[in-house]
Amino acid sequence: MLADIACAHCTLPVPPGLIRGGDAEQFCCPGCRAVFQQIHACGLADYYKYRDAGDLIPQAATVDNADAAAFDSEAYADLYVRTDVGESSTEFVLEGVTCAACVWLVERLPSRLPGLIDAQLSLADNALRLRWNPAQLKLSQIAADLMRFGYRPHPARGVKSGDVFRKELRARLVDLGIAGALTGNMMLLAAALYAGWMQGIDRPYEQMLRWISLGLGLLSLLWPGREFFRGAISAIRLRAMNLDLPICIALLAGGVAGTINVIRGHGEIYFDSLSALIFLLLIGRLVQFCQQRRARSAVELLFSLTPSTCRVIEDGIAKTIPIQALQVGQRVEVRAEELFPADGVVRTGNSAVDASLLTGESQPATVSVGDLVYGGSRNTEATLEVEVTAAGDSTRVGKLMRLIEQGLSDKPPIVRLTDRVAARFTAVVLVAAAITFGVWWHAGAERAIETSVALLIVTCPCVLGLAVPMTFALSIGRLARRGILVKSASALERLGGGGRLVLDKTGTLTTGQMRVVAWEGDETWQGVVSELERDSTHPVGRALRRAYEGCEAPAAFRGRSTVRTRTGGGIVADFACADAIVGSLRMLDTNAVEWPGHLLAARRYQQTLSRTVVGVAIGGVAVALAALGDALRDETVSAVNHLKARGFDLQICSGDAQSVVDGVARLLGIRGECARGYMSPEEKLAYIKTGNTIMVGDGVNDAAALAAADVGIAVAGGAEAALAAADVYISRPGLEPIVELVDTARHTLHIVRRNVLIATSYNVLAGTMAMLGMMHPLMAAVLMPMSSVTVLSLTVLAARRGPRRSR
Amino acid sequence: MSVLFIILPLAIVLAGVALTAFIMAARRGQYDDLDSPPWRMVFNDEERK
Repeated sequence: MLADIACAHCTLPVPPGLIRGGDAEQFCCPGCRAVFQQIHACGLADYYKYRDAGDLIPQAATVDNADAAAFDSEAYADLYVRTDVGESSTEFVLEGVTCAACVWLVERLPSRLPGLIDAQLSLADNALRLRWNPAQLKLSQIAADLMRFGYRPHPARGVKSGDVFRKELRARLVDLGIAGALTGNMMLLAAALYAGWMQGIDRPYEQMLRWISLGLGLLSLLWPGREFFRGAISAIRLRAMNLDLPICIALLAGGVAGTINVIRGHGEIYFDSLSALIFLLLIGRLVQFCQQRRARSAVELLFSLTPSTCRVIEDGIAKTIPIQALQVGQRVEVRAEELFPADGVVRTGNSAVDASLLTGESQPATVSVGDLVYGGSRNTEATLEVEVTAAGDSTRVGKLMRLIEQGLSDKPPIVRLTDRVAARFTAVVLVAAAITFGVWWHAGAERAIETSVALLIVTCPCVLGLAVPMTFALSIGRLARRGILVKSASALERLGGGGRLVLDKTGTLTTGQMRVVAWEGDETWQGVVSELERDSTHPVGRALRRAYEGCEAPAAFRGRSTVRTRTGGGIVADFACADAIVGSLRMLDTNAVEWPGHLLAARRYQQTLSRTVVGVAIGGVAVALAALGDALRDETVSAVNHLKARGFDLQICSGDAQSVVDGVARLLGIRGECARGYMSPEEKLAYIKTGNTIMVGDGVNDAAALAAADVGIAVAGGAEAALAAADVYISRPGLEPIVELVDTARHTLHIVRRNVLIATSYNVLAGTMAMLGMMHPLMAAVLMPMSSVTVLSLTVLAARRGPRRSR
Repeated sequence: MSVLFIILPLAIVLAGVALTAFIMAARRGQYDDLDSPPWRMVFNDEERK
C-alpha cells in the first residue's frame, strides 16, 4: 500500500484515487485544490507557513478497517440495507457535516468510488442517502472513505420512520397544493358571481360559473377534504368528538345544499367558502406535523451517536460486530476513549469510566474486575473486557432513550385542549344546528337548510385548528433566532404556567471562575497582595492578581527579592519594616497571626458562605482579608427577582457542598429549605419526580434529570445531545435567556387565550344571529374567512412583536 | 362575451396543468430538502468534464 500523502491544503491524507502523478502538491479533494490555488493567487501563501504552527489542523477520523467491516455483516444488512436487483441503498447519519462544502465533498463520492451510483447529503438533518451496486462495491469501502474525510458514518436508526415521514410530508404537500389551487380558482369564480349578484348577470354566464364552481368544489371536498371525512369517521367509530366532526358536517351540509342549489339553478352555493376552509385548515395541520417531526428527529440523532459497532471476544479472537447483534453473555473489548456498547460487568482490566451522560458525575470513576459499567459511558484509561449483562433497549441508556421517546409521542397538551374544547363545541353546534333546522322548518325546507348551513359555516372552529399551532410555531421560531431552541409546543405551554423552577447552581447562576468577591480591611494592603502575588501560578493567587493589578503598594513593601517562602498555602515575604504574609487561613494560623475582632467576625461570616478566604498579615497581625468565590453573574440577581415576580418558586439543586449552595441562596433571597446541596444525580432525579418541575441544568451531566422534569432546560453541552434529553436548549449563558423564554411562553399563551376568546365571542354572536335567521349564508361565507384572517393577522402581529420588556 | 364559454374552461385546464406539475414535483420529493439543493447549484462539476 502507498504511504499516506498529505494534502497540501488541509494535511489530511490524500485518497490514493486522487493522487496526480508529477504534481508537487497533492490534494485530498478538488475543494482543497481550489482553495490552495486561490490562496496562492492572492499572495497569501504564507498562510501555510503559519498554519503549521497553529493547532487548528482538522483531524481525520481514524480509519479502522475492522470498524468499517462491521457495515458488511449480515446483521447490519438485515437491519439497515434495502436490497434490489443490482442495487442496494441505505442511509447514514454523518458526524461532522457543517456547511455546504461538506455537501459538495460528500456528493463527489460517486466520482471516486466506482460502483457507487448516487450519494445525496441533506444539510438539514445530516442524512446521507446512498445507492450502490453491491457487486462492485462494499458498504465498508464507502464507510472507510467517509471516515477518511472526517465524516464518521452512523447507521440511521430512524430510516423507517424517516421514510414514513417523507411519504406523509409529500402527501400533505400535494393535498395542500390542490386545495390552494382549487380555492384560488374558486375565489375568482366567486368574485364574478358576487359581482353579478349585485350588478346583475346574464343567466347563461351565471349558470356556467355555478356549474364550474360545483365541479371544483366537489373536487376540493373529495380530494384534499377527504382527511376531514376520515377523521370524522374514526371519531364516530370511537364514539368520541373531535375537531374533524363539525368541519365534516359543515362540509357535508354545505356541499349537499350547494349541489342541490346548483342543480335547481338558484340559491346559494357554498363551495368557495368550503374550499377556503379546507385550505386554511390544511396549512395549520402541516405546520403542526412538521413540528412534531422535528422533535422526534433530535432523539434519533442521539441514538445515532452511541457506538454503532463493538468488538466481541470469541475464543480469544476479537471480532467486530454491529451493536445490534450483541447478546447478553458475550464478552466485549472496550479500548480507552471508547464508549461502552452495553451494560456489563468488568472481567479483566482496571480503568476509569466517565458515566457523565447517565449519572451526571463529571469525575471518572475507577473500575476494576467485578464492577458494573453502563452502555453509553466512556472508558477513559485502559482496555477493559466486559461481560454483557444487558444489551440494546434493556440497557440503562436504552431505557432512558425509550422514556424520552415516549414523552415525545405524547400528544402536545395544546392539541388535547383544542380537541377537548372542540368536542364540547361540536356538541353545542350540532344541537344548535338541529334546533335551528327544526324551528325554521315551518318557513319551508329551503329556509331551514339555509339557516342551519349558515350556522355551521359561520361557527367553524377555524381559529382552534389553525391559529393555535401557528402561534406556537411563530414563538418557537422567534426564540430560535435568539439562540433559544424549543423542542415542542407543549414545553412552551408548560413554561407559561409557572411552578417550581429548579436551578443547578453551576454554570447557570455563577461565572464558574474564581473571583474576589469581598475585601475586608484597609485598601492600601491590596497593593501588597498584588506585589506578592505577582508571579503566582496558583488559581487563588491569579485571581488575587487579576483583582488588584495596578494597586500601588506602600513604598516600604516593594521589591520582590524579599520573598522568603512560597508554599501552596501562600507567600511569606520579609520587608525592611516587617514581614508580610498573604495566604490561606491555615497558613496564617500556623504562623500564629493575631486576629483583631472585626476581622475575625468577617472571617467567620465569609467562611459560613463557604468562600475561600485569604488573609493578609503584617508583622504577625492580620490587617485585611479577601474572600474568593465562584462569583454570581452580573444579571443573575435581577433575573432571579424577575422570575420570582413571574410566580416561580425558585430552588437550587446542586452537587456542590451545602454551605456553598446556602451562600448563593442567601444572596439571591432563596429560602434555606429550597437550596439543596450534595445532591447526587439520582437524588436530583428523585426530587424532580416529586412534583411539577422546570429544571435548568447542564445538558450532558443532568441529562436524566432534564428528561424527567416537566420542562428540562439545558444550558450547556452540544445542542443535539442536550435537546435529546431536554425540551429547551439555550446557547447563551446565564439566566437572562431563561427570563426571555418564560416571558415568551406567557406571551404565547396569552395570544392563544385571546384568540380563543375572540373566536368564542365571534361564534356566539354570529351563531345567535344565524339561528335567528339574520345571517344569509353568503354573509356567513364572507364572515368565516374574514374572522380567520382577523385572528391570524392579530396572531402574527403579536407573536412577531414578542413579549413587552418589563423591567 | 360568449368567448367566456371557451376561455374559462381553458383557463381551468391550464391551471390543472400547473397543478399536475406541482403534484409530480412534490411526489418525487423535490420539496423534501429545501436546504441543500440551492447549494448544489453553485458547485462546479469540473470532474465530469
